[in-house]
Amino acid sequence: MLIRRLENWPFEGLSGGASELDRLRRDLGRLFNGLPRVNGWDTPAGVFPLLNVSQDSENVYVRSEVPGITLDQLDVSVTGRSLTVTGERAIPDEQSNVRYHRKEREAGKFRRQLTLPTDVDNERVQAKYQHGILMVVLPKSEKAKPKKIAISG
Amino acid sequence: MATQTQDIQVRDKREVKSDAEQTIPGRVFSPNVDIFEDDQALTIVADMPGVPSENVSIDLRNDVLSLSGVPSVSVTEKEEYVLQEYDTGKYFRQFTLSEVIDQEHIEAKLNNGVLRVTLPKVGPAKPRKIEITEG
Repeated sequence: MLIRRLENWPFEGLSGGASELDRLRRDLGRLFNGLPRVNGWDTPAGVFPLLNVSQDSENVYVRSEVPGITLDQLDVSVTGRSLTVTGERAIPDEQSNVRYHRKEREAGKFRRQLTLPTDVDNERVQAKYQHGILMVVLPKSEKAKPKKIAISG
Repeated sequence: MATQTQDIQVRDKREVKSDAEQTIPGRVFSPNVDIFEDDQALTIVADMPGVPSENVSIDLRNDVLSLSGVPSVSVTEKEEYVLQEYDTGKYFRQFTLSEVIDQEHIEAKLNNGVLRVTLPKVGPAKPRKIEITEG
Protein backbone atom coordinates (compact mmCIF):
# COMPACT_ATOMS: atom_id res chain seq x y z
CA MET A 1 0.00 0.00 0.00
CA LEU A 2 2.79 2.32 0.92
CA ILE A 3 4.49 1.68 -2.38
CA ARG A 4 1.34 2.38 -4.32
CA ARG A 5 0.92 5.72 -2.64
CA LEU A 6 4.51 6.74 -3.25
CA GLU A 7 4.28 5.79 -6.89
CA ASN A 8 1.50 8.23 -7.39
CA TRP A 9 3.21 11.09 -5.67
CA PRO A 10 2.30 14.06 -7.83
CA PHE A 11 5.72 15.65 -7.90
CA GLU A 12 7.54 12.63 -9.16
CA GLY A 13 9.59 13.40 -12.22
CA LEU A 14 9.18 17.13 -11.96
CA SER A 15 12.43 17.85 -10.17
CA GLY A 16 15.62 17.28 -12.09
CA GLY A 17 17.59 15.10 -9.73
CA ALA A 18 16.58 12.16 -7.63
CA SER A 19 14.71 13.39 -4.60
CA GLU A 20 14.73 11.86 -1.15
CA LEU A 21 11.45 10.31 -2.13
CA ASP A 22 12.90 8.61 -5.18
CA ARG A 23 15.55 7.12 -3.01
CA LEU A 24 13.06 6.00 -0.42
CA ARG A 25 11.04 4.34 -3.14
CA ARG A 26 14.13 2.61 -4.43
CA ASP A 27 15.08 1.36 -0.98
CA LEU A 28 11.57 0.10 -0.47
CA GLY A 29 11.66 -1.48 -3.90
CA ARG A 30 14.73 -3.38 -2.87
CA LEU A 31 13.13 -4.40 0.40
CA PHE A 32 10.00 -5.66 -1.29
CA ASN A 33 11.91 -7.10 -4.20
CA GLY A 34 9.62 -9.42 -6.09
CA LEU A 35 6.42 -7.48 -5.63
CA PRO A 36 5.22 -6.19 -8.99
CA ARG A 37 5.36 -2.47 -9.52
CA VAL A 38 2.07 -0.78 -10.17
CA ASN A 39 2.87 1.00 -13.39
CA GLY A 40 6.55 0.39 -13.94
CA TRP A 41 8.28 -2.37 -15.82
CA ASP A 42 11.17 -3.13 -13.53
CA THR A 43 12.30 -2.84 -9.95
CA PRO A 44 15.82 -2.23 -8.73
CA ALA A 45 17.36 -5.66 -8.75
CA GLY A 46 19.91 -5.18 -5.98
CA VAL A 47 22.55 -6.81 -8.14
CA PHE A 48 25.94 -5.28 -8.96
CA PRO A 49 26.44 -3.29 -11.11
CA LEU A 50 23.62 -0.84 -10.50
CA LEU A 51 22.11 0.48 -13.71
CA ASN A 52 20.52 3.73 -14.73
CA VAL A 53 18.29 3.35 -17.78
CA SER A 54 16.94 6.28 -19.73
CA GLN A 55 15.46 6.86 -23.14
CA ASP A 56 14.66 9.51 -25.69
CA SER A 57 12.76 9.13 -28.95
CA GLU A 58 15.72 7.51 -30.71
CA ASN A 59 17.67 5.45 -28.19
CA VAL A 60 17.67 3.63 -24.91
CA TYR A 61 20.68 4.46 -22.73
CA VAL A 62 22.07 2.19 -20.04
CA ARG A 63 24.73 3.57 -17.73
CA SER A 64 26.63 1.87 -14.96
CA GLU A 65 29.40 2.79 -12.55
CA VAL A 66 32.11 0.15 -12.73
CA PRO A 67 35.36 1.93 -11.87
CA GLY A 68 38.78 0.44 -12.30
CA ILE A 69 38.29 -2.42 -14.73
CA THR A 70 39.94 -3.08 -18.05
CA LEU A 71 38.02 -3.57 -21.29
CA ASP A 72 38.92 -7.24 -21.58
CA GLN A 73 37.26 -7.82 -18.19
CA LEU A 74 33.95 -6.42 -19.36
CA ASP A 75 31.42 -8.06 -21.62
CA VAL A 76 28.17 -6.62 -22.93
CA SER A 77 25.71 -8.59 -25.03
CA VAL A 78 22.18 -8.09 -26.33
CA THR A 79 19.78 -10.87 -27.21
CA GLY A 80 16.31 -9.80 -28.24
CA ARG A 81 15.15 -7.46 -25.50
CA SER A 82 17.65 -8.70 -22.96
CA LEU A 83 20.88 -6.90 -22.12
CA THR A 84 23.58 -8.73 -20.20
CA VAL A 85 26.60 -7.13 -18.55
CA THR A 86 29.21 -9.48 -17.15
CA GLY A 87 32.70 -8.91 -15.93
CA GLU A 88 35.22 -9.14 -13.21
CA ARG A 89 36.79 -6.40 -11.19
CA ALA A 90 40.28 -7.27 -10.09
CA ILE A 91 42.18 -5.19 -7.58
CA PRO A 92 45.86 -5.98 -8.06
CA ASP A 93 47.81 -6.92 -4.97
CA GLU A 94 50.10 -4.31 -3.55
CA GLN A 95 53.56 -5.16 -2.41
CA SER A 96 53.52 -7.66 0.39
CA ASN A 97 55.08 -5.33 2.94
CA VAL A 98 52.19 -2.87 3.00
CA ARG A 99 49.89 -2.52 5.97
CA TYR A 100 46.24 -1.88 5.17
CA HIS A 101 44.30 0.66 7.21
CA ARG A 102 41.12 0.53 5.17
CA LYS A 103 39.85 -1.80 2.50
CA GLU A 104 36.49 -0.63 1.27
CA ARG A 105 36.82 -1.26 -2.45
CA GLU A 106 35.52 -4.61 -3.57
CA ALA A 107 36.80 -7.00 -6.16
CA GLY A 108 34.95 -9.87 -7.73
CA LYS A 109 32.79 -11.10 -10.53
CA PHE A 110 29.50 -9.62 -11.59
CA ARG A 111 26.66 -10.48 -13.92
CA ARG A 112 23.60 -8.40 -14.52
CA GLN A 113 20.70 -8.97 -16.85
CA LEU A 114 18.13 -6.36 -17.78
CA THR A 115 14.96 -6.46 -19.83
CA LEU A 116 14.90 -3.43 -22.12
CA PRO A 117 11.79 -1.22 -22.18
CA THR A 118 11.44 -1.42 -25.99
CA ASP A 119 12.66 -3.41 -28.95
CA VAL A 120 16.09 -2.28 -30.09
CA ASP A 121 18.14 -2.64 -33.24
CA ASN A 122 20.64 -5.20 -31.99
CA GLU A 123 23.03 -4.63 -34.88
CA ARG A 124 23.61 -0.98 -34.02
CA VAL A 125 24.13 -1.21 -30.26
CA GLN A 126 27.22 0.66 -29.09
CA ALA A 127 29.06 0.48 -25.78
CA LYS A 128 31.63 2.87 -24.36
CA TYR A 129 33.74 2.74 -21.20
CA GLN A 130 35.08 6.06 -20.01
CA HIS A 131 36.12 7.40 -16.60
CA GLY A 132 34.90 4.16 -15.03
CA ILE A 133 31.39 4.44 -16.43
CA LEU A 134 29.94 1.96 -18.88
CA MET A 135 27.46 3.48 -21.27
CA VAL A 136 25.46 1.39 -23.72
CA VAL A 137 23.46 3.15 -26.44
CA LEU A 138 20.72 0.98 -27.91
CA PRO A 139 18.92 2.48 -30.93
CA LYS A 140 15.21 1.75 -30.82
CA SER A 141 13.88 -0.42 -33.59
CA GLU A 142 11.75 1.40 -36.17
CA LYS A 143 8.49 0.01 -34.88
CA ALA A 144 9.31 1.05 -31.31
CA LYS A 145 9.95 4.70 -32.20
CA PRO A 146 7.15 7.17 -31.65
CA LYS A 147 5.31 8.02 -34.87
CA LYS A 148 3.67 11.32 -35.51
CA ILE A 149 0.24 10.76 -36.93
CA ALA A 150 -1.02 13.31 -39.41
CA ILE A 151 -4.57 14.34 -38.71
CA SER A 152 -6.64 15.12 -41.74
CA GLY A 153 -9.41 17.66 -41.37
CA MET B 1 38.88 -22.45 -12.76
CA ALA B 2 41.47 -22.72 -10.07
CA THR B 3 40.46 -19.80 -7.93
CA GLN B 4 36.93 -18.94 -7.14
CA THR B 5 36.18 -15.26 -6.92
CA GLN B 6 33.37 -13.85 -4.93
CA ASP B 7 30.55 -11.93 -6.54
CA ILE B 8 30.50 -8.21 -5.88
CA GLN B 9 27.70 -7.16 -3.58
CA VAL B 10 25.63 -4.06 -4.14
CA ARG B 11 26.28 -1.22 -1.76
CA ASP B 12 24.57 2.13 -1.84
CA LYS B 13 26.68 5.22 -2.07
CA ARG B 14 27.18 6.93 1.24
CA GLU B 15 26.04 10.49 1.21
CA VAL B 16 28.10 13.12 2.98
CA LYS B 17 26.17 15.28 5.41
CA SER B 18 28.14 18.42 5.93
CA ASP B 19 27.51 21.22 8.39
CA ALA B 20 28.63 23.80 5.91
CA GLU B 21 26.14 24.54 3.20
CA GLN B 22 27.29 24.18 -0.36
CA THR B 23 27.28 27.04 -2.77
CA ILE B 24 26.43 24.78 -5.69
CA PRO B 25 23.45 22.55 -4.99
CA GLY B 26 23.78 18.84 -5.55
CA ARG B 27 24.45 15.69 -3.65
CA VAL B 28 27.81 14.74 -2.26
CA PHE B 29 28.98 11.17 -1.79
CA SER B 30 31.84 9.61 0.08
CA PRO B 31 34.01 7.50 -2.22
CA ASN B 32 35.08 4.02 -1.18
CA VAL B 33 38.78 3.94 -0.42
CA ASP B 34 41.65 1.60 0.24
CA ILE B 35 44.39 3.01 2.42
CA PHE B 36 47.71 1.31 2.98
CA GLU B 37 51.23 2.23 3.85
CA ASP B 38 54.74 0.91 3.74
CA ASP B 39 57.96 2.42 5.03
CA GLN B 40 58.18 4.95 2.24
CA ALA B 41 54.68 6.16 1.59
CA LEU B 42 51.01 6.25 2.47
CA THR B 43 48.72 5.43 -0.46
CA ILE B 44 45.03 6.18 -0.82
CA VAL B 45 43.02 4.59 -3.63
CA ALA B 46 39.52 6.00 -4.16
CA ASP B 47 36.71 4.97 -6.52
CA MET B 48 35.34 8.05 -8.25
CA PRO B 49 33.46 6.82 -11.31
CA GLY B 50 32.56 9.46 -13.87
CA VAL B 51 35.20 11.95 -12.81
CA PRO B 52 37.67 13.19 -15.45
CA SER B 53 41.16 14.10 -14.28
CA GLU B 54 40.63 17.85 -14.69
CA ASN B 55 37.80 17.70 -12.13
CA VAL B 56 39.79 16.14 -9.30
CA SER B 57 41.23 18.23 -6.54
CA ILE B 58 43.60 17.09 -3.84
CA ASP B 59 44.42 19.41 -1.00
CA LEU B 60 46.67 18.90 1.98
CA ARG B 61 46.84 21.48 4.70
CA ASN B 62 47.33 21.23 8.45
CA ASP B 63 47.55 17.42 8.22
CA VAL B 64 44.10 17.20 6.66
CA LEU B 65 43.95 15.66 3.21
CA SER B 66 40.86 16.49 1.17
CA LEU B 67 39.91 14.58 -1.96
CA SER B 68 37.14 15.82 -4.16
CA GLY B 69 35.89 15.07 -7.63
CA VAL B 70 33.07 16.28 -9.84
CA PRO B 71 31.72 13.84 -12.42
CA SER B 72 31.21 15.07 -15.95
CA VAL B 73 27.53 15.13 -16.79
CA SER B 74 26.56 12.84 -19.62
CA VAL B 75 22.77 12.62 -19.33
CA THR B 76 21.16 14.92 -21.90
CA GLU B 77 18.00 16.88 -21.25
CA LYS B 78 16.02 14.93 -23.82
CA GLU B 79 16.42 11.71 -21.89
CA GLU B 80 13.91 10.53 -19.35
CA TYR B 81 14.71 7.93 -16.74
CA VAL B 82 13.09 4.55 -16.98
CA LEU B 83 15.02 3.06 -14.08
CA GLN B 84 17.38 4.85 -11.73
CA GLU B 85 19.27 2.61 -9.37
CA TYR B 86 22.12 4.92 -8.44
CA ASP B 87 22.45 8.63 -7.83
CA THR B 88 25.19 10.82 -9.16
CA GLY B 89 26.88 13.67 -7.42
CA LYS B 90 30.19 15.02 -6.29
CA TYR B 91 32.69 12.98 -4.31
CA PHE B 92 34.30 14.32 -1.18
CA ARG B 93 36.29 12.78 1.63
CA GLN B 94 38.78 14.01 4.19
CA PHE B 95 41.47 12.26 6.17
CA THR B 96 43.62 13.40 9.02
CA LEU B 97 47.18 12.26 8.47
CA SER B 98 49.30 11.21 11.39
CA GLU B 99 52.54 11.03 9.41
CA VAL B 100 54.63 13.91 8.20
CA ILE B 101 54.27 13.98 4.41
CA ASP B 102 56.75 15.21 1.85
CA GLN B 103 54.36 17.65 0.21
CA GLU B 104 56.61 18.33 -2.75
CA HIS B 105 56.45 14.74 -3.93
CA ILE B 106 52.78 13.85 -3.64
CA GLU B 107 51.70 11.93 -6.72
CA ALA B 108 48.19 11.41 -8.02
CA LYS B 109 46.95 9.28 -10.88
CA LEU B 110 43.43 8.82 -12.20
CA ASN B 111 42.65 5.78 -14.26
CA ASN B 112 39.15 4.62 -15.29
CA GLY B 113 37.52 6.39 -12.38
CA VAL B 114 40.03 5.23 -9.77
CA LEU B 115 42.15 7.87 -8.07
CA ARG B 116 45.44 6.83 -6.56
CA VAL B 117 47.29 9.28 -4.35
CA THR B 118 50.78 8.45 -3.10
CA LEU B 119 51.98 10.49 -0.14
CA PRO B 120 55.70 9.95 0.52
CA LYS B 121 56.70 10.07 4.16
CA VAL B 122 59.42 12.35 5.35
CA GLY B 123 62.19 10.13 6.65
CA PRO B 124 62.09 9.66 10.42
CA ALA B 125 64.21 12.10 12.30
CA LYS B 126 67.37 10.25 13.18
CA PRO B 127 67.98 10.14 16.93
CA ARG B 128 70.78 12.55 17.52
CA LYS B 129 73.14 11.89 20.33
CA ILE B 130 73.83 15.00 22.25
CA GLU B 131 77.24 15.26 23.61
CA ILE B 132 77.53 16.70 27.03
CA THR B 133 80.73 18.39 27.76
CA GLU B 134 81.91 18.72 31.25
CA GLY B 135 83.40 21.76 32.73
